[in-house]
Amino acid sequence: MLDFVQQLVSGVALGCVYGLIALGFVLVYKATEVVNFAQGDLMMLGGFFAFTFIGMMGLNYWIGFAAAVAAMAMFGMVAERVVVRPILGYPQFSIIMATIGLGYFLRSVAGMVWGTDDFKIDTPFSQGVLRIGSLVLAHDKLSVIAATVILCALLWLFFNKTALGTAMRASSENMLAAYYMGIPVKRVVSIVWAISAAVATCAGVLLAPITFIHSNVGLVLGLKAFPAAVLGGFGSIPGAVVGGVLIGVIESMAGFYLAEGWKDVAPYIVLLAVLLLKPEGLFGLHVRKKV
Amino acid sequence: MRFLFKTDYEDDIRLFPHSGYFVSYGILLALLLIAPYVLSSYLMSQLVFVCIYATVGVALLILTGFTGQASLGHAAFLAIGAYTAAYLQKYNVPFPVYFLAAGALTGLIGALVGFPALRLQGIYLVIATISFAFIVEEILARWESVTNGNEGMRVKAVSLLGVTVSRDSPTFYFLCLAVLVLTIVGTLNLLRSPTGRAFVAIRDSETAARSMGINVALYKVKSFAISAAITGFAGVLFAHKLSFISPEMFTLQLSIEFIIVILIGGTFSLHGAVLGAIFIVMIDPFLTYLKDDMPGIIAGIAATFGAGSATAGNVQSKVAAFASLNGLKGAIYGIIIMLFVLFEPLGIYGRWLKIKLFFQLFPLYKRATFKRQKIYVKSERNR
Repeated sequence: MLDFVQQLVSGVALGCVYGLIALGFVLVYKATEVVNFAQGDLMMLGGFFAFTFIGMMGLNYWIGFAAAVAAMAMFGMVAERVVVRPILGYPQFSIIMATIGLGYFLRSVAGMVWGTDDFKIDTPFSQGVLRIGSLVLAHDKLSVIAATVILCALLWLFFNKTALGTAMRASSENMLAAYYMGIPVKRVVSIVWAISAAVATCAGVLLAPITFIHSNVGLVLGLKAFPAAVLGGFGSIPGAVVGGVLIGVIESMAGFYLAEGWKDVAPYIVLLAVLLLKPEGLFGLHVRKKV
Repeated sequence: MRFLFKTDYEDDIRLFPHSGYFVSYGILLALLLIAPYVLSSYLMSQLVFVCIYATVGVALLILTGFTGQASLGHAAFLAIGAYTAAYLQKYNVPFPVYFLAAGALTGLIGALVGFPALRLQGIYLVIATISFAFIVEEILARWESVTNGNEGMRVKAVSLLGVTVSRDSPTFYFLCLAVLVLTIVGTLNLLRSPTGRAFVAIRDSETAARSMGINVALYKVKSFAISAAITGFAGVLFAHKLSFISPEMFTLQLSIEFIIVILIGGTFSLHGAVLGAIFIVMIDPFLTYLKDDMPGIIAGIAATFGAGSATAGNVQSKVAAFASLNGLKGAIYGIIIMLFVLFEPLGIYGRWLKIKLFFQLFPLYKRATFKRQKIYVKSERNR
């Protein structure tokens, strides 16, 4: 039983990481219907930025964290301006390919700049553990869970309660109509990319003590976060986190209880099963096209 | 400019619309046939890979280009074809038999993947095919009694009609070329048949296709099966060319490469598959060239512009260091994909059509002829 709870908690922590990356997917998708395959690589880049500020320049953890988030938000805007804006409005597939290209580029450049070694950031949460009875919970994992819950709540409030969030939802529904209603669609899209890059950075920095930072971490985790977003029904913020947690728990349970090899495949098997039964994901809206 | 006068449907669907086609394709075929006696063995080897990649490109075009179903799982189909060949070869099954068996098995699995894909659209389909590819990769690594696990399998040379065809011989090249040509001709015929027309109709509008009486589900499954079967054939050749296969060769990276093939070549015509395959396969020799010869050439240029020998040497080592950077290939891939998506979405073949039209219409060419339409009302969600 203790093993089960222990696995559950570590699965939830892992799942929250997937959820955090999936949040980035969902944000961009919600506002622009673009699926950003480079999301994992934005996370990787955020981790490297934070490593540069904290590990190499020796800044305080929180200041370095904030600096990395700010820098990545700028970077997200630039990426949107250069890669995505010219092809906004074209078929979804071209935009997917463009972001795959961006991902390739970021991964290689990060490999060139920071090398191919694993890096580690010393965080205030790296050391301690929380003991509840005989249950041992590491602080770094708890910090991920807490940050996910907070970010998810903040983003949900932002999207549903603020004017800017409403503008984002409107422009996702119909960019042209939103533009006619006076919403500065281009700026909205830019801001969305900035936010999603910032969220990715949070994921990258929080993850640094657990998986380390290297240039391929984005690809590996991005490919796990992607099913998480799909499972939650692309376009639902709580759905992304729930999907992430599901994937994380399935993965850690499969790793513990099933034979070797199931760990990596189990999330995808579950994903295929869910897509078969409910093609629009667990929280997706099903809308029929009117002819 | 030549004007074709068509009087009936037969004229419209001819494979060779006019005599010029015989001349140009005849010359191309002749060049390809004498290639093994002219080119170096390294370039020949690359040419074999061009044939294999182009075959997969054609398969992917049937599914993605003409039926409109995106797939990032074609490496898995290639793997199934390759492993079927390797497994059957162990039991001394003759080449023609396991070649066909590989295609048949891959086609069957393609159809099985097609069924769940019926309900999925766009991004959900992409992730479903990625998941399928991951699962296949893991099965290949774990099912050790058949696939030999991560240690991989050796593949012996093709033995055709009692003759052993080594993987570097001209005969093997002709075999690959024959498979490619047959695939292209077969696909062209498919595309002008009712089945091909149905594929294109589904791509353009599923709702409209259904109201025209097309059984959308049936044709989607057919498209998956045909595309997978062709990829399976290519997989057999791939296995023989590499002579060793292991699960880590058939990753998502390879699937993405196949998509790049048709994206760079052009997704609307079979020419695209071949041009894209040439492009992707020739990147490697190009990078080698960049690494070996570029530094010297740039240093030479610097020297002619009056730089001292010390500066020139400095430049040379700088360029050499840049060209041998680890991730250069990935970065170049990324930049190429982005540039094509941003500036030439019709691919190399689209660029060629534009150049051709420019000269045909000489002073009257309009850029807007090829302008794409932007749609800001998102329909993907409400489909």
